[in-house]
This record gives sequence, C-alpha cells and structure tokens, in this order.
Amino acid sequence: MLELKNIVKIYQGGTVNETCLFNDFSLTIPDGQFVCVVGSNGSGKTSLLNIICGSIPIDEGSILIGGQNITAMPEHKRLRRIGRVYQDPARGTCPSMTILENMSMADNKGKPFNLMPCVNKKKAETYRAMLAQLGLGLEDKMGVLVGNLSGGQRQAMALLMSTMTPIEFLILDEHTAALDPKTAEIIMQLTGKIVAEKKLTTIMVTHNLRYAVEYGDRLLMMHQGHAELDISGEERRNIKVDDLLAKFNAISIECGN
Amino acid sequence: MQLLIGVLEQGFIYAILALGVYITFKILDFPDMSVDSTFPLGAAVTALMITKGFDPLLTLPASLLAGAVAGAITGFIHVRLHVRDLLSGIIMMTGLYSVNLRIAGTSNVPIFAHDTIFKNPMISALPKAFAPYAPVVILAVLAIIVKLVMDWYLSTRSGFLLRATGDNPTLVATLAQDSGTVKILGLSIANALVSLSGCIMCQYQRYFEISMGTGSLVLAVASVIVGTQLLRGMRFLGATTAVVIGSVLYKGCVAAALSFGLSPFDLKLVTAVLLLIIIVIGGRRKKVKRHA
Repeated sequence: MLELKNIVKIYQGGTVNETCLFNDFSLTIPDGQFVCVVGSNGSGKTSLLNIICGSIPIDEGSILIGGQNITAMPEHKRLRRIGRVYQDPARGTCPSMTILENMSMADNKGKPFNLMPCVNKKKAETYRAMLAQLGLGLEDKMGVLVGNLSGGQRQAMALLMSTMTPIEFLILDEHTAALDPKTAEIIMQLTGKIVAEKKLTTIMVTHNLRYAVEYGDRLLMMHQGHAELDISGEERRNIKVDDLLAKFNAISIECGN
Repeated sequence: MQLLIGVLEQGFIYAILALGVYITFKILDFPDMSVDSTFPLGAAVTALMITKGFDPLLTLPASLLAGAVAGAITGFIHVRLHVRDLLSGIIMMTGLYSVNLRIAGTSNVPIFAHDTIFKNPMISALPKAFAPYAPVVILAVLAIIVKLVMDWYLSTRSGFLLRATGDNPTLVATLAQDSGTVKILGLSIANALVSLSGCIMCQYQRYFEISMGTGSLVLAVASVIVGTQLLRGMRFLGATTAVVIGSVLYKGCVAAALSFGLSPFDLKLVTAVLLLIIIVIGGRRKKVKRHA
C-alpha cells in the first residue's frame, strides 16, 4: 500500500513566482492496483511521480509504503523496490554499453555491485528469450551498443530492465509518448502483460486517453494539484474515451484554454 | 635508438597517468583538475619514503593510497558539498600544492644517491648488455599490469556501475544505487593511478620537483584523445590499450618536435599546441563521417 498524506509542494518558494502545486494532497493506492493518471500539462502528474520516487523534495506531508514512512529516504533507496520508466527512452538504458551489458547490469539490481564479473554468460540465453518476446529482433543484437538502437527499441529494453528484478511498484512516466503509434502499442501491450504477470502496483501517467481507458483499474484526472476525477470499480469499467474527453474539455475551459 | 627507448619509457609512465585520466575524462565526463597536484603528490610521497630509507617497492602502494584519498576528497567536495566539478578540482589542486611541499619538505628533493625501482642490487646483478633496457621493461610491465587490472575492473559489477554513472546517472538511480558514491569511487581510483604515475616518474628522473605536475592533465587528456580518436579505426584494440598506445605516440610527437630544434623551454607550449591540433583533427574526422 502506498500512501501520500497531506502533501504540500511549493515551486520557487519565497520568490514572486511562488506557485503552490499541491496543497494538502492525499492519495492511497492499495497493493496490486493499476492506476492511470491523466491531466493537462502542469497539472502535477509528473510531480506526483517525482514525489513518490523522491526525485524532488516536498514541503510538508508524508509518504508511506506499507505503513513505513519513507519521506526522508533518498531517491536511490526508494527505487530499490520501485521500477521506473521515463518518457525519454535514453534515460532508461546506457548508450555506450551493449544490450547484453545493459541487461546484465539491470539484473543485478538489489544485489551488491561488487567485484564479481557483471556479465554472466549462462544468463545470456534467458535475456535472449526475454528480448525475443518483444518481436523487435533485439535477441540477435546482444553485442550491439544500445546507443545505436531506435527510441522504441530502447524503451522496450528500459521496460524489461526496470521489471526484471523483484519490485513492488512500477512507475511509468508517459513512457509511450515519444514513440510512434505502432511501437507505442507494442510497449503498452508488453506493459499490461508484465504488470499482470508480476502483479505490480502500477502508476502510469499518460496523455493517451485510450490507453487510460483500456488499461488499469483506477483512473485519476489531475487538475491544478488535485484529483478532479478518481474512479475505480464499476464506474471505471463503464467509462468511455468520449466521457473522459468531455470531462477534460470542461476542466480546460474553466482555465480558459 | 636512445631516443626511441626514452620515448617508450616516458610513454609508459604517462600511460598510467592517462589510464587514470581516462576514468574521469572519458568514463565520468569529469574535468578533474586535481590531477595536476595528485601527480606530484605521488612523487612527494615517494621522495619522502625513499630518503627515509623505505624499500622502493613500498612507494608504489603508498602513492596509490595517497592518490586515492586525494581523489576521494575531490569527489566529496563535488558530490556532497555540491561544488561544481571544475571548481572542486581546482580547489583540490591548489590545496594539495602546499600539502605536497609539506610532505616533501622542500620544493626539490634529489634521490640520486638512493635505491629506486630502477636502480637497486637486483637490477645491478643483471648482465651488462641488458642493463640499459631494464627501465623500459620494468615500465612496460607496470603499464601492462595497470591496463589489465583496469580492464578487469571495468568488467566487474562495480566497474559497470562506474561506466553507467558517466553515461546515464538516472539509470544508476533506478538500479537503486547512489551515483554520487560511484563518482567519488571513480575519482578515487583515477587519482590513485595518477599518483602512482607520479611515484614512478619521481624514481625514473630521480628527483622530486614541486612543479612536475603542471600540465599533466593536458598531457593525459592528449594521450587519451590520441588513443581513442586517432586509433578509432582499429576496433580490435580495447579502449585501455588505445590509451597506452596513445600515450607513447603522444610522447613520440613531443620528442620529435623537440628534436627539430625546439628547446626544452618550449615543452609546455608544444604539449598544448599538439593537443589543440589533435582535437581539431579529431573533430574534423567526426564531421566527415556524419556527412557521409
């Protein structure tokens, strides 16, 4: 269970440009839930993810995982049980290392990075099988530098790499936004499959309303630092893209966009 | 022949320096100015130990350790105190100057009268015909050992993390590791090698001199660029091998320039201009490739 309690986040505090994004924001996500988050730019979607992961500090409030307060825990320690995929495919992989080297390194998450050899030849077959299920032909390019791959191929690898070790949470930050529609579709199907297989508690930020309706079992629409819409269960199952779009437009008109 | 041996000898000494700088400059993308003072730091430690009568072999681990500590402090200043990379190196470089003087006692310490790794009873026992080649063999062995150890390290889990830190710190965080700690470790290893190179240089030239580190970063960067850029076509050479060869080639260029009548006064100017030429040529090649 992930709990955000009374979060206050102020950007550029103490200056004339001070903006209060979150004011007393609370959110509880039970284990195993797949939450889709939509909302316009600046509504606090990515800030929400950054706050959960500890990439940005908060001004007030507390963050709990399974009842344990992690508000003061640094980012890299929190990410021990969180997998994260970013919008930019370049952020999830190492361009100057080969596919095999990247996979081996990701496989070592949670274990000490000591003086043991990193690449285990015996495991190469396992990685090859994992890559083969993508259908992108990566399994035959184990020795190729990741910097030479396309964005979609890198993002597929980033998704595999972030979920190959045991984790509890998966954080997806518009991870299909930089991809072409076909590749985005492949990545989304893979995401759905991995989440279902590993029973991960997932938070996915997306601008694609169709994905938000098709995937997940809870839907949040963020607006100016609060959840304008928060539906799950029956109500969530019955919602259509058009309903969501109408709601989206209603909010935007309020803002004068 | 004498000239060639001289070039090889110095090339191998600076190869160890260049391998250290390869870690900061190429892998971590960190312009580490502290190198100009950690090089003489190794020499100062060596001069002190040798004049105090320690076994010359002990100076090698001692200077490695001294450099590692200095590098770790540079890293600490940058990572934990949030000082910009260039500035933290400059602060360390300036501060270490005095530390080096304190260690050595004075700005110039000759060790002609003492045993070194190049001049000791074991070397003297060698046949006369072999004696002139002893230093170059010792230096080649040292440079190759350092290269092999570095190759091994870069293939370990810790080494992978080091490579990833320079490449993509975000990924290091998602692997639940602190990229700051890795940076400090990398700077520590790099400066340990730089200091080791200084230690060997001190025993090779048989004196310590406070300003012997001036320009060593430029020299090392030049070697790294020569190795990695000009030898780029030869893929079968690993990066570390390329750096060692680059260092020897670069020393050769400088020696050639000097033998054309330039005086040793011009040494630093030659070093700097040669680096400039190499960078420009290296850049040109890249552009041509992009258009093709």
